[in-house]
Amino acid sequence: MKKYILDLRVVSNEHPRAGYALLKLTNPDGPMPEIAPGQFVQLAVSDSPSTMLRRPISVHHVDYDSNQLWLLIHMIGEGTNKLGNLRPGDTVNTIVPLGKGFSLASGSVAKPLLVGGGVGIAPLLYFGAKLKEQGVEPTFLLGARSKDDLMQLDEFEKVGRVFLTTEDGSVGEKGFVTQHSIWNQETFTSVHCCGPKPMMVAVAKVAKGKGVECEVSLENMMACGLGACLCCVEDTQQGNVCVCKEGPVFNINELKWLI
Amino acid sequence: MADLNVNIGGLSLKNPVMTASGTFGYGLEYADFVDLSQIGGIIVKGTTLEPRQGNPYPRMAETPHGMLNCVGLQNKGVDYFCEHIYPTIKDIDTNMIVNVSGSSPESYAECAAHVDALDKIPAIELNISCPNVKQGGMAFGVTAQGAAQVVKAVRKAYNKTLIVKLSPNVTDICEIARAVEAEGADSVSLINTLMGMSIDAERRRRTLSIGTGGLSGPAVKPVALRMVYQVARAVKIPVIGLGGISNATDALEFLLAGASAIQIGTMNFVDPAVTVKVAQGINEYLDRHGFKSVDDIVGIVD
Ligand SMILES: Cc1cc2nc3c(=O)[nH]c(=O)nc-3n(C[C@H](O)[C@H](O)[C@H](O)COP(=O)(O)OP(=O)(O)OC[C@H]3O[C@@H](n4cnc5c(N)ncnc54)[C@H](O)[C@@H]3O)c2cc1C
Ligand SMILES: Cc1cc2nc3c(=O)[nH]c(=O)nc-3n(C[C@H](O)[C@H](O)[C@H](O)COP(=O)(O)O)c2cc1C
Ligand code: FES
Repeated sequence: MKKYILDLRVVSNEHPRAGYALLKLTNPDGPMPEIAPGQFVQLAVSDSPSTMLRRPISVHHVDYDSNQLWLLIHMIGEGTNKLGNLRPGDTVNTIVPLGKGFSLASGSVAKPLLVGGGVGIAPLLYFGAKLKEQGVEPTFLLGARSKDDLMQLDEFEKVGRVFLTTEDGSVGEKGFVTQHSIWNQETFTSVHCCGPKPMMVAVAKVAKGKGVECEVSLENMMACGLGACLCCVEDTQQGNVCVCKEGPVFNINELKWLI
Repeated sequence: MADLNVNIGGLSLKNPVMTASGTFGYGLEYADFVDLSQIGGIIVKGTTLEPRQGNPYPRMAETPHGMLNCVGLQNKGVDYFCEHIYPTIKDIDTNMIVNVSGSSPESYAECAAHVDALDKIPAIELNISCPNVKQGGMAFGVTAQGAAQVVKAVRKAYNKTLIVKLSPNVTDICEIARAVEAEGADSVSLINTLMGMSIDAERRRRTLSIGTGGLSGPAVKPVALRMVYQVARAVKIPVIGLGGISNATDALEFLLAGASAIQIGTMNFVDPAVTVKVAQGINEYLDRHGFKSVDDIVGIVD
């Protein structure tokens, strides 16, 4: 897929909850490039000595009708805070799209489960929408600490069935995503997961136990994002490979995780 | 339009802007953003005789105006390069230069000999200065004797343009430059990264897997510029300057200090199209100040 460097313009930047930003961008110079679900972008953060390098952020959603690219950003440091505080009309220099995304399950028997936690829910919305476009109904299983930590639920509900877990039981089932009853009530043909690493490892274990194909999306620290610098490697069955180029999405069988 | 053509030890570049090893992949990674034929030369990833897995993750940390890396020369080895990568890059219309590393003078020479056989690789850059590998690498680059030993062995095995990349992590870089010149190097490039370190205070641990890493990016520019200035006056062979170059003004400073050509590394990560912008900027500067060629400004600052 061809990559572009674009000056995208901020349409809106809301904070769905404290510390998180839903950044909607548009391309004033043409249509939004073709992007596959699970791919990411590299955003330039304007002048600051500690944010010289771009920040990698997953594609949360693409709406080609309105020429919009959505990003969901957890503001944890200087770069993400600056991005989270951009104003409508501001410009963000963006490299798009990068990496290899999720495998699109297809066919009438496909029944994918999309599992997300924290800001890891980000890439699942666009992935779910693409599945739906292909006639496959996605099931979302989203986990959070508490009711107030969940975001974008209305958007997920537009795309597929949504199941929730919270650690305090304030909404959905109480516990972790791996403890949800849906795992035993239904049979899924594939699992696709993005979230904190311990969660992905736990989900990978469950999927493996059930003999279901499982993909996870990694967030290794990156410099170039293009497969040029070899900084972002993951130790895989093929040795060290670049997460930015061969990933960020990997089948768990390719990884060396202890699951 | 000024004449941007420069000559580096028999190697003709259409402009003085090259890309630094380890930061531009094999060029192809950037093909969507830049017309590769508009770059003076592309120095590909560090290549060794045997395949290397490099260091464990994490391999990078951002630092003020720069970054640390400890990639550790991950590459699939020179045989793989010749068989699988060379065919995909040989028709790129610029000088494709291989950065060669090793763990002994013999392994450097053998690796260089493999590359010598490739028609469309007009030069190699000998990396005697990588700070991220335990064996060899920088060990050779930090003494005049070690550097001379490697260059001597490679010179026998390699007939085309031989560039030797110097380490800044030394007491007297001019001494090393003179030693490699004496052994027949056609050019020296400098600087490689400066040894550094970063600590994650919150987690109370080293940020990089092996603790230390090489510092690059704008933060190192004044150090690099000083070294280029000194080395350009210590040797007769052409000097290639690099370290922290992010725009045409930076590049011009290196040329004025005595570099005949320059390389851009880390800033390719920030702006993948920086190389062609710098080449254009150099051209505009020459026109604006009435210089006819790049050579007219090389080393004119005393
Ligand atoms: C492929 C990919 C997709 C991503 N998608 C998203 C996304 O959709 N939304 C989102 O909010 N974040 C995402 N991230 C993580 C995001 O890139 C980092 O949080 C961001 O770069 C931190 O920058 P900063 O300047 O705010 O923080 P810094 O000041 O650089 O760092 C603050 C803290 O965050 C840690 N950190 C820095 N980079 C990362 C990283 N890559 N992964 C984990 N921890 C890191 C640092 O170690 C430090 O402790 C993604 C990362 C990758 C590699
Ligand atoms: C991620 C990374 C990998 C590098 N790999 C190599 C390498 O394989 N061989 C080499 O000679 N130099 C390597 N370098 C050093 C650069 O080529 C260059 O000398 C240095 O980064 C200074 O230039 P800059 O400040 O423009 O980046 C690497 C630098 C970086 C940042
Ligand atoms: S970030 Fe440079 S290779 Fe992945």
